[in-house]
Amino acid sequence: MLNFSRWTVAAILLPLLIGILCSVPSFLPDSTVERLPAFMRTRVNLGLDLSGGSHLLLEASTQDVAKQRLANMEEQVRTELRRGDPRIAIGDISSRDGRLSFMVRDPSQVDAAVERIRPLTQGAGLTGQRDFNVEVVNSTTITITPTQAGIDNAVKSAMEVATEVIRKRIDEMGTREPTIQQQGGNRIVVQVPGLQDPRALKALLGQTAKLEFKLVDTTANPAEVAQGRAPVGSEVLPYPANPSGSPVIAVQRQVMVSGEDLTDAQQGFSEQGNEPIVNIRFNGAGGRKFGQVTSQNVNKPFAIILDGKVLSAPNINEPILGGSAQISGSFTVESANQLAIALRSGKLPVALTVVEERTVGPQLGADSIKAGLLASIIAVAAVAAFMFVSYGRFGIYANLAVAINVLVILGVMGMLNATLTLPGIAGFVLTIGTAVDANVLIYERIREERRRGRNVVQSIEHGYKEASRTIFEANVTHAIAGGIMLALGSGPVKGFAIVLLIGIATSVFTAVTFTRLLVSRWVRTHRPTEIHI
Amino acid sequence: MKLLKLVPDNTNIGFVKLRHWAFALTALLTVLAVGATLYKGLNLGVDFVGGLMIEAKFQEPVQTDKVRTVIDRLGVGDGSLQQFGDPKTVQIRLPLPEQGGAGASNAVVEKARKALAAEFPGVTFSRYDTVSGKVSGELIQNGVLAVMLAVIGIAIFSWFRYEWQFGISTFVAIMHDVLMTLGFFAITQLEFDLNIVAAVLTIVGYSINDKMVIDDRIRENMRKYRKMDMKALIDLSVNETLPRTVMTSVTVLLALGALLLLGGHVLRGFTAAMMLGIIVGTYSSVYVSSSLLITLGLSPAAAEKKASKVNIAAQAERMGPRDDGARP
Repeated sequence: MLNFSRWTVAAILLPLLIGILCSVPSFLPDSTVERLPAFMRTRVNLGLDLSGGSHLLLEASTQDVAKQRLANMEEQVRTELRRGDPRIAIGDISSRDGRLSFMVRDPSQVDAAVERIRPLTQGAGLTGQRDFNVEVVNSTTITITPTQAGIDNAVKSAMEVATEVIRKRIDEMGTREPTIQQQGGNRIVVQVPGLQDPRALKALLGQTAKLEFKLVDTTANPAEVAQGRAPVGSEVLPYPANPSGSPVIAVQRQVMVSGEDLTDAQQGFSEQGNEPIVNIRFNGAGGRKFGQVTSQNVNKPFAIILDGKVLSAPNINEPILGGSAQISGSFTVESANQLAIALRSGKLPVALTVVEERTVGPQLGADSIKAGLLASIIAVAAVAAFMFVSYGRFGIYANLAVAINVLVILGVMGMLNATLTLPGIAGFVLTIGTAVDANVLIYERIREERRRGRNVVQSIEHGYKEASRTIFEANVTHAIAGGIMLALGSGPVKGFAIVLLIGIATSVFTAVTFTRLLVSRWVRTHRPTEIHI
Repeated sequence: MKLLKLVPDNTNIGFVKLRHWAFALTALLTVLAVGATLYKGLNLGVDFVGGLMIEAKFQEPVQTDKVRTVIDRLGVGDGSLQQFGDPKTVQIRLPLPEQGGAGASNAVVEKARKALAAEFPGVTFSRYDTVSGKVSGELIQNGVLAVMLAVIGIAIFSWFRYEWQFGISTFVAIMHDVLMTLGFFAITQLEFDLNIVAAVLTIVGYSINDKMVIDDRIRENMRKYRKMDMKALIDLSVNETLPRTVMTSVTVLLALGALLLLGGHVLRGFTAAMMLGIIVGTYSSVYVSSSLLITLGLSPAAAEKKASKVNIAAQAERMGPRDDGARP
């Protein structure tokens, strides 16, 4: 038990050495670490509670996604049946209770209508599962009900797109190293270190940035529009900055040009004065459409609609053919800039709301690091002193093991690029406390064996052997608790669990194997007949 | 050099004899803790009830009453204020605005910032959290689930590894530790947030660690002294492991003590919970879980039966060559 072959010694020391080396970058200044090759940048990230910054949890409404899909389906059905050949007349279209239903006017066309709709409802997935179920009720009414699998798929892809769009938007803001992760089915976590004021970020992520250009319905009766009624083919939209004073305006339903045809958007100023505006540029198809619409509708007002609200409705003074245009609408420089960023990064497929927000100021973060570091040093010193007065030489071995353990934990965290949070520091301090537990178990066992009259070598061998089993079992149960924390915990709990689990794994190794190596070296070179323990 | 020994050699305390007193005391304290939790309730942080938490740092020490007047004037709902850490820091908790989502909570933070800055120049918000009711509900659910799963998982582990009596005694002792911690938070009204859930889970982990060591020794002695009376055997095992129990508790308390005094105010509740848990956990290992084994009727015969069932490798490891003649 006390004999180690050369290879075993190497097998013990090598991982410790690697662990220690990996901890080194965490102590180096930023500039030095940046010059290291990528595989050597094993550095512990600081959590937001230590570095300061903002954490946002955004949630997408799955109902919104479902609603939107149904609206799209309605549009597709209208197009397919009314514009297709032969034309099938339908009426009483309604989407209630999450399903779409409509009546086919000519009963003999019901089967043909179902045939034409079917291809629209096929899922895109490989499973061949339908996205919608089509049913005929009362012989003339067709209902289209979305399937759960269809909704789930739609939410999933919407979330993927949303995550991408958010990443683009945050990158455009020029913040450093944001973390953007999907969480669960319909949430996205955004963490931006160093960001002090998340208001701009929230405003940016809060807008869907769905941009549409529609013609204003000038035939509408203003009195009716004020009551929310619009002529057929038109709709009433809010218009907060309407110069005429009315908070609403009637526009034609048909979307002339949409934000999807944009290639660029920049904040700028209007030609007349210094009013902030957003300059946009269309792609080829968008530019052509825009040119066509503006040529055909000179001297008519054109509504610019963002997220269902009319920003402005300027008159078309002349055809706009160059493929670029301006969006005006009582902006500030900041809000114009935000809109430009939002338009450049594309629209969010679903509206997001902030359900959790945490912001930590840089001062508090720095204070926490300082306090945590000081506490850790004092804790290590206190424990080390206590171990030394209790176990003498063996205490020093245990202390050496703890010191190496601390570095190895940092090293492993660095390799995993794990994040150190404030509770993580607490986990560290606790690990220091419990890491020596293994040594205490062993040493107390050696003391016991000595009392029973065994000789030095036998006592040490027995002490390590008997205690190892106990240590193993105790740590397995401890790891169960840690694993559950990691799996179920959020935020601080997780940060704590990571350190705890790594600490359990490394401390067993350093406290048992490494100290055994040290003890055996000493016993073999000194051949003591009595030990002070 | 004379080495420190917190527990003298050959200590022999009759823990088992004391068990009825210990059970009575434990039961009383647990009832008090549960009563306090139910009656006074926990001071749940925004993590668990949802809302807005602002930590305001002032240039000079302030009276919370003055800050309260400013906040009350805003008309943003019932606030609760607390001195936090040093006298210059005040934690303000406000309900979330009912409508308006992110924009509305921003507006509240902004309003508070302006009003406080007008009254107390140089005030900064060093931290603020907003948690919606929906998320906080999930956080509670996950927290409770995590603690319950951990306790049950560990009880099952020790049931499979040893006898069922060990599983039950561990379960009871750990529930005791958890309830005592909750009671502590109810009585002190320290804020109970997500960090504290981590602390509770750590207490569970530590406490089980402690019990495993004693249980393991009991098992070992059961095989060693087959004829020994169960009460004497448990006393022997607890006494044999007592030096380690005390040593480890003291080292961990030393480390946590450093964190409590120097680790900054954010972690204070967390560390306090942990220190209490270590003390309670040590107490329950020594007085509750081992003595409970007798009440549950653990006998060496039961151990024999189980031992024949566990796999051969485990037996070989446990029953390995042993020379017990050395004991006087």
